[in-house]
Amino acid sequence: MHVWGNKAQQCFNGGKFADMRFLLIEDNEQLAKAIRDRLGLDGHIVDHAPNLDEAKHYINTSEFDLVLLDIMLPDGDGRTLLSYVRAAKMDTPVIVLTARSEVSDRVSILDLGADDYLTKPFDFSELEARVRAVLRRRGGGTATVQTIGDIKFNRMAGTLILAGGPVELRNKELRLFEVFADNPNMIFSKPKLVDRLFSYEEDVSENAIEVYVARLRKHLAGSRVSITTLRGSGYRLSVS
Amino acid sequence: MSMRPARTTSLRRMMAVQLVSAAAVLATVLIFLFQSFSRQIAEESQDNVLLASATSILESISARDGALSVDIPYAALSMLGSISDDRVFYRVDFGQETLTGYGDLPRATDLPNASGFTTVEYKGADTRIVSATRNLSVDGQSRSVIVSVGQTQEGLAERLRELFWTAILIGAGFFAFSAGLALWASSRVFRPLSALATSVSRRGPNDLRPFLKPAPEEMLPLVAALNGFTERLSRSLSRSEDFITEAAHRVRTPLATVRTQAEVLFRRIERDENRHAMREMIRAVDESSRAAGQLLDQAMVTLRTDALDRSDVDLAECLRDVVERFRAVADLRDIDLRMDLEPEIHIRADPILIQNAVTNLLDNAIKYAPMETEVSVSMHRDDKRIAITISDQGRGFDEDSEADLFARFVRGAASSGTVGSGLGLTIANEVFTAHGGAVELTNNLEGPGACVIAYLPA
Repeated sequence: MHVWGNKAQQCFNGGKFADMRFLLIEDNEQLAKAIRDRLGLDGHIVDHAPNLDEAKHYINTSEFDLVLLDIMLPDGDGRTLLSYVRAAKMDTPVIVLTARSEVSDRVSILDLGADDYLTKPFDFSELEARVRAVLRRRGGGTATVQTIGDIKFNRMAGTLILAGGPVELRNKELRLFEVFADNPNMIFSKPKLVDRLFSYEEDVSENAIEVYVARLRKHLAGSRVSITTLRGSGYRLSVS
Repeated sequence: MSMRPARTTSLRRMMAVQLVSAAAVLATVLIFLFQSFSRQIAEESQDNVLLASATSILESISARDGALSVDIPYAALSMLGSISDDRVFYRVDFGQETLTGYGDLPRATDLPNASGFTTVEYKGADTRIVSATRNLSVDGQSRSVIVSVGQTQEGLAERLRELFWTAILIGAGFFAFSAGLALWASSRVFRPLSALATSVSRRGPNDLRPFLKPAPEEMLPLVAALNGFTERLSRSLSRSEDFITEAAHRVRTPLATVRTQAEVLFRRIERDENRHAMREMIRAVDESSRAAGQLLDQAMVTLRTDALDRSDVDLAECLRDVVERFRAVADLRDIDLRMDLEPEIHIRADPILIQNAVTNLLDNAIKYAPMETEVSVSMHRDDKRIAITISDQGRGFDEDSEADLFARFVRGAASSGTVGSGLGLTIANEVFTAHGGAVELTNNLEGPGACVIAYLPA
């Protein structure tokens, strides 16, 4: 008896893109290791199955927040696993990693019940965005709300609830506030924040961070929560 | 596009010429046969009348009291006169003595190889003469009575001239009829050939099914050769499709490894110049994978536009799928993705191509738009056409560079600093043109930004 689906129904990790458990099904060892290392940087745990057989074993014995599935596997087509998972009524989200780019291919992937797909090579910030979108779709209204000082933070909805009412955060503001909320009292340098917020395609100066920090401060004005500047080292979320 | 080999003699013309010449020869032979046959009939009928006349004269001769009495019956000569206006001569001889008539009329029996009939020139005209003989005994002596009757042949010649023209007329008629038949037959014989040619040229370049329609026996080797050729072509095409898929897989997987490792390293690097180099490296990987992706898209689009696989497409639904797919990416850059799609518009199109084209256009728009701006996708129909508009709030297009943008690999001025291979517009243009539409590049009327309008026939 597997309990795979149950955890997914509970809360999807509260919509938090950290400390998630991934199952990576990928036959290329180097790529698999690289993806593990990269996801590990964001605090995720990754189990790796190099073929369909092992993947089925993992699926039947453990719980995962998300499955990353390669299509071309040594012992078959990854799409058969997709059908297997959906036929077994497991509703763990599956994101397909494909080396093919034909649209016709993508369509059949989605028809078979994949939540989304990415074409290799992919940008991890895009993967993160897609994982968030999938979790938001799956999680619906069951999101957990985090309380910090006198405010509430709903990461699923992307809102801050202050005494004066809810404030909607734009994507970058949300990401930035999330970084602070996940690690209160920790100091983040500007370069670190740029890494977390922007993809490599964009030329962003570290001043851009100042803009977003200024916006968050504006939203937080009047509450006991504030972002303080530590000259020479960075920013920190503090509650007075 | 259309390369033609040098033209040699047309088979159809060759066949027509041969059949028409045969008809001419046959018509000539027919004229001659008809003429000689009719001459023979006319001559025979003259001979018969002459003989009948001579015989009746001969029978009117009787020997009485040792003397011969000749009483030429009126009918014997009138039967000749009734035929034509020819002059008639007769002569009756008893032994060496001419009893009555023209003594100088030649007798047919006098001439060598005498058969009873002869044709000689007498009194300036061709005359047909018959001589008939009967033995009579007078005074115990048996002697032969020879009756010769002659008739000029002017009437016969006249009739033969008439018959000659009739023969010519019949011959010409025969020729005209059989020549027409020959032309019809030669055009008909080659009809299956031109039917085959039409069905070959009507096919799309990717329709490589064998030709299975029944064909005349003589054309079967040609059809078989054609089928062998298309089979080889289709094998080679599917090999190149497999090759493209395989190549994509072989290239993309290691690129993914490089990119992922680079991201991991980037996080660990502290020094600014190293971080800069690593960032450049990641971008180069992105650029090469984008280029690979778009080249594959382009190959797929070219393959599919050649033989459009049209089906019923709900355009709004088709576009919504594409737009929703971009939401996560747009969010990353805080770009507001707006949709305004007119519902209930159904068209006959290849949905895979339309989605691919719009994906490329939208990808461009989101990539070139500044952060925290708006990209909108709208689709409306008027009586003439459907317009799909994708507009952003970026720099927009330079006025004179629009035509160049469609050319492969040319990137707009706005693109410096953004990853892209410039194939996107080329692909979109190819797809919409193949559907009978067009792509127009303009700038927004109000406010800054580019506006790409793709038209489809309504």
